Order: sequence, then C-alpha cells, then structure tokens
Amino acid sequence: MDKTKLKQQALFMRTSLFDEGFLDEQFIQLEELQDDVNPNFVEEIVTLFYTDSVRLIYNIERALMSNPPNFTKLDDYMHQFKGSCSSIGAKKVKKECTRFSEYCATENFEGCFRTFQQINLEYSTLKKKLVTYFQVTTLILEKDKMKLRRLVEML
Amino acid sequence: MESQNNNQNLTIQLTALVVDDNKVNRKIHQKMLDNVRVKNLGVKNGKEAVDIHCDGRRFDLILMDLDMPIMNGIEATKELRSMGISSMIVGVSSRCTEAEIQKFMEAGLNDYHEKPLNIAKLSSILHMINPNY
Repeated sequence: MDKTKLKQQALFMRTSLFDEGFLDEQFIQLEELQDDVNPNFVEEIVTLFYTDSVRLIYNIERALMSNPPNFTKLDDYMHQFKGSCSSIGAKKVKKECTRFSEYCATENFEGCFRTFQQINLEYSTLKKKLVTYFQVTTLILEKDKMKLRRLVEML
Repeated sequence: MESQNNNQNLTIQLTALVVDDNKVNRKIHQKMLDNVRVKNLGVKNGKEAVDIHCDGRRFDLILMDLDMPIMNGIEATKELRSMGISSMIVGVSSRCTEAEIQKFMEAGLNDYHEKPLNIAKLSSILHMINPNY
C-alpha cells in the first residue's frame, strides 16, 4: 500500500479511537512526547501498559475468587490498574474501573464481577485496535526510513 | 536581555527524581523530563528514594507518588525532610480526596498535582524552581 493511503488509514483509525470513546486527551499528551529520539514512544508505553497490567488483572481475578471477598484489597488493585489506564488515555477501560470501585465501596460483589468482565472486554478491544493502529504507523515510519536511505544513497 | 536569559537556559541543568511504583507513569514522567532536558532518574518506591539520598545524590525536583509499596510518598517525604533535603518535592497522585492531599502536603510537599502530569503542569513546576527555565 502506498504511503498516502497508509496515512489516510492511520488517520481514520486514530479518529475512530477518539470518536468512539476508546481514547481520551491523555493519549494526545503521549503523542506530543514522541520525537525523533523516540519515534515509537507511544507504542512502547502502550506495550508496557499491556505487559504490566497482566499482573494487576491477575491480582484482581484472584481477589475476586477469595471468599469472603476483600473489597479493600479489590479496590486497591483496581486503583493501581485505573492509574495505568489513565496514563495511556484508555477512556472506556477507565470508566469501567471507576464503576468497579463504586461497587467495591458498596460491597456489591455481583456488580464487581459483572464490571470486571466488562473491563476485560474493553481492555481486549482496545488492545486489538491499538495493535492494528501501530502496525500501520510502523509501516509509515519504515517507508519514511527507506525514502531517507535512498536519498542518502543518491547523495 | 532575552538572549542572556536564553543563554542561561542553555547552561542550566536541572535534575529530577521520579518516585513511582507504576512503570508506565515512571516512563512517561521521565520522558517528559527528558524532553525538557532535565536529567532524571526513576525509582520504584519511597525507600529507594530515601536510599539514593543517603548515598549522597541530590535533585532539584522530586516527583513523589503517594501510594507505593514498602514506603509510601508520605513516609518518604517526611523522611527526606528530616534528613534536611530541601529539594522541591511535588506530590503526584490519582487519589485526590481533600484529606489525603492535606496529609501529603503536611508531610513536607512544596506542591501537589493530580496524575497524570502533563507538559503544562511540569513546565509550571520547573518554572517554580527556576523562573528562567
């Protein structure tokens, strides 16, 4: 696919991520940090988020299985996870984390359980969309690098 | 005068310590500091922050998270102040009840910001350390 079409595709995907409420302003803050020194900074942060949050999600799952449930512990784990979600601008996931904390506050186990399933769904959906988006942006970067290399060779 | 200030900016090298157990936040805050040419280090809890100061390191700015294992931000801030550390310590947290912020401030913070920090907030913090920055 040529670069113009790739750029159009990336733009469309990015716009959708914001329009459909998957991402918020914080993602733009990450993009603003990206530069020539770290052209893949956003992807690195998102990858780190998904790697690091496996442990947090596991902790929440385990805590949900304990009998009786320890809502203070659940809320603490969720608070950590929510913090990470905020940092990458994961808007829908963050919203469900807030809902989960509200259920913790009222010690509503059913609510916590249902919301956790929703969190997992939003988390996975966002991951798929971002992986695809970064595949496109990486292709664009590679095309740029190839073009630069050709220019240097010509000189 | 402006070019004099610009020259001063070029020679100022501020240093910062990012104290946060969350890798994502640490990396983001460190990148923000890199981008404004603030030399920085990251540690993952309050105890590591205290230990690094016991080793003799000093920083112009400390970005201190609140909730951390082993030693939290309040304990670490109190410990650093009792050691005579006069660095600007800015609390950053996503737990933002009035009572919690008050307790954090009373530990010895110079300022507090809700997480996540953004470039504008960081600039205002750096400006407080050095108006020419």
